[in-house]
Amino acid sequence: MLSQATTPTQITAMVNHVPVVVPSGTTVAVAIVLAGQVCRTSVTGAPRGPLCGMGICFECRVTIDGQLHCRSCQVLCEQGMEVDTEK
Amino acid sequence: MAAAARAAECGVRVGIVDDNFSLGGQIWRSHSDDNQKHDKPSDAQRGEAARWANRVRISGVTVLCELRIVHQPEIGVLLAENLHGFCELTYANLILATGARERFLPFPGWTLPNVMGAGGLQAMVKCGLPIRGKRVIIAGTGPLLLAVAAYLRQHGAEIAVICEQASWGSLAQFGVALFSWPGKILQALHLKRDIAGVPFATNSWPVAAHGKKALESVTISRAGRVETIPCDYLGCGFHLVPNVELALLLGCGVRNGFVQVDDFQKTTVSSVFSAGELTGIGGVELALIEGQIAGLAATERTSEAKALFGDRQNARRFAQLLDRTFRLRSKLRSLPLPETIVCRCEDVSYSRLRGHTSWRAAKLHTRCGMGTCQGRVCGPATQFLFEWTPDSVRPPVFPARIETLAPIAGQLEMLQSQATGDY
Repeated sequence: MLSQATTPTQITAMVNHVPVVVPSGTTVAVAIVLAGQVCRTSVTGAPRGPLCGMGICFECRVTIDGQLHCRSCQVLCEQGMEVDTEK
Repeated sequence: MAAAARAAECGVRVGIVDDNFSLGGQIWRSHSDDNQKHDKPSDAQRGEAARWANRVRISGVTVLCELRIVHQPEIGVLLAENLHGFCELTYANLILATGARERFLPFPGWTLPNVMGAGGLQAMVKCGLPIRGKRVIIAGTGPLLLAVAAYLRQHGAEIAVICEQASWGSLAQFGVALFSWPGKILQALHLKRDIAGVPFATNSWPVAAHGKKALESVTISRAGRVETIPCDYLGCGFHLVPNVELALLLGCGVRNGFVQVDDFQKTTVSSVFSAGELTGIGGVELALIEGQIAGLAATERTSEAKALFGDRQNARRFAQLLDRTFRLRSKLRSLPLPETIVCRCEDVSYSRLRGHTSWRAAKLHTRCGMGTCQGRVCGPATQFLFEWTPDSVRPPVFPARIETLAPIAGQLEMLQSQATGDY
């Protein structure tokens, strides 16, 4: 318990049903990169990842806990969060 | 933050609405940094950020983060939404400080995952992206490139090269001119130390990014010589453009792309003030001064506001210097190939846009700028590539959920028909 108090809290989020463990304060966009996934597929089928990192470009949009089109760079991971990248 | 603190210290009720999950904008937000030991506590910027955060806290400002404004249904009322729902916020005075974003220019391969803005890459690292041992190329233009390179290097990245499109001559003039701002000289020296040994190439820019599913290498034009360098990330941004969309929605006058303000940071709309990058790209010092003036003026402390006019004048000269030094060379207009995507939301290629004469015509014929980002990325790009000027902004200013808009649906329909002249 003591060691837990001195290390940052670890959070497990699910990216496309696969668990990813990240430190607290990590955005969903980063969790997706760590899971080896891309955020979305473009209208002509190309893979896309985050571009602006600040909520402007919408390239990192994903589904979070059933909510469509969330900008993953603007949302912090929470324990048990379900993230689905856009196919 | 400066505007809110100054206003709240005068005893009025103040709230900050921030789209990010923590205060401080793109430069000062340092959420995951706080626990990291390798950031230097002596950093003057961090001290300044902490001081303002403290003033915001003790002056009793209400902070609403992760909340974005999508519309103004009536004067004095703003409609905002977050992940969970929406709300209406009322105001007597409003200070807009929506900041700036990077200008992105299209080149072959720029849509590959792991090609990001320079600031974008830094923001991702601040939010936990592991960068230690990664090979990174930083490219584009502006002082941000050096700051990002220094930050990433501090966090263990290997910076293969920094490509600055500006010429050596204009940077040398910039360096000489910096002597008017002793504080900036000090910052520049710190940066120079932090990126010592990193190749810094002027007259240089990315020509193409390569990779199958994600970035693998980047071809750069380095002072006239073309070479390909393997890397994990490319951080590429061509200086900054202001986020004027909300100001336009509220009807604020805009000149040369920036929100017009008077001496007291008042916009052309009564009760609406503006501060920071919105009124000119001048960095954090200018933003702090303008924010304070706006906060004081909004609470009718005009003599205190006037006392800051001299500092602002000085900081504005720096903004003009930035503009002169990092002006984009026309050669960058020839970076996209015919098949290069320009509008990333709708995958519209350069060849499909080339024949059009205006932003509006391109939108109508190709859907360029009509996707989720609403032209925030391709708008500034096409402005540079084709000299198109973006049209007026329509509500909602960000994509919003139907439940947010439903209560004002009738009103929106009316606004849309007014905008198109179709009654």
